[in-house]
Amino acid sequence: MIQSALSGDMPRSRILSFVLATILVVLAFAPFLFSGSQPINTAAKICIFIVLVASYDLLLGYTGIVSFAHTMFFGIGGYGVGLALYGWGPTWASAGIGLAIALVVGAVLAFVIGLLSLRVRAIFYAMITLAVASAFAILASQLSEYTGGEDGRSFRVPQLLRPGTVLFDIPAIGVRVDGRVLSYYLVFFSALMLVLAAFRIVNSPFGRVLQAIRENDFRAESLGYNVVYYRTVANCLAAGMAVLAGAMSAIWVRYTGPDTTLSFAIMLDILLMVVIGGMGTLYGAVIGATLFILAQNYLQKLMAVASEATAALPLIPHLLHPDRWLLWLGVLFVLSVYFFPSGIVGKLREMERR
Amino acid sequence: MATTTARPAPDELPKAPRDLLPVFIPPILALAALPLVGSPTTWVTLTVAALAMGMMIFVIASGLTLIFGLMDVLNFGHGAFIAVGAYIAMTVLGPLSGWVQSDALTLNLAALFLAVIAAMVGTGVLGLAFERIIVQPVYGQHLKQILITMGGLIVAEQLIHVVWGGDQKPMPLPNGLRGAITVGDFALEKFRLLAVAVGLTVFIIMQLVLNRTKVGLLIRAGVENREMVEALGYRIRQLFVGVFIAGSALAGLGGTMWALYRETLTAAIGGDIMVLVFIVIIIGGLGSVGGCFLGAILVALMANYTGYLAPKIAVASNILLMVAILMWRPQGLYPVARR
Amino acid sequence: MSQALLTLEGVHTHIGQYHILQGVDLVVPRGELTVLLGRNGAGKTTTLRTIMGLWPPSKGTITFDGQPIGGQATPDIARLGIGYVPESMGVFADLTVAENMRLAARLGPPDATRLDWIFGLFPALKRFWQLPAGLLSGGQKQMLSIARAIVEPKSLILIDEPTKGIAPAIIEGMITAFKELKRDKTTILLVEQNFRFAASLGDSVAVMDDGRIVHRGTMQALASDSALQSRLLGLSLAAHQ
Repeated sequence: MIQSALSGDMPRSRILSFVLATILVVLAFAPFLFSGSQPINTAAKICIFIVLVASYDLLLGYTGIVSFAHTMFFGIGGYGVGLALYGWGPTWASAGIGLAIALVVGAVLAFVIGLLSLRVRAIFYAMITLAVASAFAILASQLSEYTGGEDGRSFRVPQLLRPGTVLFDIPAIGVRVDGRVLSYYLVFFSALMLVLAAFRIVNSPFGRVLQAIRENDFRAESLGYNVVYYRTVANCLAAGMAVLAGAMSAIWVRYTGPDTTLSFAIMLDILLMVVIGGMGTLYGAVIGATLFILAQNYLQKLMAVASEATAALPLIPHLLHPDRWLLWLGVLFVLSVYFFPSGIVGKLREMERR
Repeated sequence: MATTTARPAPDELPKAPRDLLPVFIPPILALAALPLVGSPTTWVTLTVAALAMGMMIFVIASGLTLIFGLMDVLNFGHGAFIAVGAYIAMTVLGPLSGWVQSDALTLNLAALFLAVIAAMVGTGVLGLAFERIIVQPVYGQHLKQILITMGGLIVAEQLIHVVWGGDQKPMPLPNGLRGAITVGDFALEKFRLLAVAVGLTVFIIMQLVLNRTKVGLLIRAGVENREMVEALGYRIRQLFVGVFIAGSALAGLGGTMWALYRETLTAAIGGDIMVLVFIVIIIGGLGSVGGCFLGAILVALMANYTGYLAPKIAVASNILLMVAILMWRPQGLYPVARR
Repeated sequence: MSQALLTLEGVHTHIGQYHILQGVDLVVPRGELTVLLGRNGAGKTTTLRTIMGLWPPSKGTITFDGQPIGGQATPDIARLGIGYVPESMGVFADLTVAENMRLAARLGPPDATRLDWIFGLFPALKRFWQLPAGLLSGGQKQMLSIARAIVEPKSLILIDEPTKGIAPAIIEGMITAFKELKRDKTTILLVEQNFRFAASLGDSVAVMDDGRIVHRGTMQALASDSALQSRLLGLSLAAHQ
């Protein structure tokens, strides 16, 4: 059953299977395992980013396209649902319509950008997406009467998902199942379904063609595959999935703004996650997102301790300052591109083969 | 043997075709903006501001486009050199604050000159290191190149925080370069005029080097056909390292100017302008210095006019400009002949 | 047969996943013109590119003038005195004829008497001296490409199908040029499909098929033995005559 759910694409490493199973179990029972808001926030963020990074992996890892516009689609999802809930009231209908509009806008934009630049070289596409995404981010913060500008918009979610809605208590373990817990499971199951859908896609005949194009586009073209068509469809699929991740984020955070959805910093985060986790494996998205977000939340605390411990030395406390956590992940990123292009997942699989 | 070739009469010598059409676009854009802006004095101010900005973008973008043309390497970390250059200049200007605040223009310019030299040397050295460590192992692999230079950018930006701190820094303009020169009704800001002069100088020197010197010919030949340059016995790697260093130094120069223009400085300063730089080299045609020059002016004009007329869509207008030009010429204004 | 200037022994070349040269053994005698014949895809161009170091050999040795050059960088190989005229001619279209020649004369400005000699061989170059090379006709580009290879004295010149798509009148001119180079004791390795052209110039000949040398001998022997010709060269070459 697991095999068919994963479309036959198994982890192929015992350590990896174990880590993945642990992540799945912890995420599945997160509201019951931890108390307080930070762990559950972290868990929800991991779910959202797994989807976002997996969708990016469809592009980067499976199609060989470098896009810097992925946060734009994430933002379109966030703004679509967020502004709809803000403007039309906190109902399921407005969330649904907002999501539908966001999906259409995202797909059309992805299609247009694809048409404009996917025929040419990878570098062209990377530059054009970078320019378009930054213009979009600036536009979103400029059009403040619609988007709330730099401040973004806070909004209410449908009644059922609000913290005040208490469904029932489980006194035995001291857990109250409220709207927040429901929201979490909405996010969790959406993420699970989307990741399994992504496995379906990459292991379908369509996914095989994408990988053939990634390996050698001339050859794929000469075999009769329309490379531009396949790349454009992949682009639209990835964009749509990123839009959904954005919608999940909006529902969970109940806020949408340029810094949390559109900023280039998030784009870099996605890049780091997919490369460190392992491009072209999808499991890499799970590992990368989990590791990165845990690092974001907990590495900084560790570094604060280390920084204080070395306070007497020159320069080193600066290098270990908690705000410099990105420096170390950046170094890790560069090293992984050189030495483990298939990331942690690739490394684990390699160890198993020996 | 030439007796056997059909000899055209001497007046039938083929003429070198000059593709001048793109040259007319910036003046047309400027003239089209005049009625929209309305006031001629505002229009002149905007146009001069645009030319200054365009020259700064050109200085930064020219190195990047040449590096790409010659070695098929696009350095997404170019923005780091902009920031590092500006920070080095700031560091040099600090102890020279006496000269900077002096009313004597010569002292002002001397301080700036020293700062710029330091910035260019610093970014040039950094460029060498970047080429050796980051770029060299991934020649010919576009995907890795994009990723690794992005990674280099992240690390470089973080190191700036480590060395100079993360807060916003002031970058005061020397006294003598503040204010404007008035010509009739028109006020022309001094620093903008200086920026235009610097940009034009860089452009002219670059044209002279590329057209008149053997190194320049090798660069142009290498952009067109790298293998053949090597087959003639030239070590193009050394040439490329040289161009990479020069391009990085130019980014340092541009970064210094850009920071002075904005009078403030953060580690993210490179990122802000890199978007325009990328648009410029796409518009100009990857690898083309002339196209880069025109593209920089076009983008800056567009940014300044729309910034005045409809500030909210200023950046988006440049995307539209890029789309329009790519629809006209999919490879940019001046596509570079390739292999 | 005189002493060998260039020797390839068991040279293999892979391009990506394709195994193009599968053990090439080739001897280019000093001061002679050696013709490399063979059908399309036999590996002739790859052989020249491998000698130039544009594609590294994956196995085997290449010896030039007594020293091994396999695996060296292209510029270092060129500096040993090897000129290369690629199939695509490789002229720099954006540069003028004069600038192309200036780059070809790596050690300094082109020698005046040598330039005059080249202008004598290819007068068109003198006429179009200041014109961008991209505007030249195919034949003129070929002249420029050859002129670049000989503007400085070379010990060996590799020429890849100079007659391809070139008008017969210009081919006659090339024959003159190569004969003068031979008189000058310049060693030439010429890839050709045009057998008549090859036969009029070649001293020795090698025939390639499927990434290997399948025949080596004197051009005289091959030219006078039509049975051998048709066995080695088949219809593909006959079609070129």
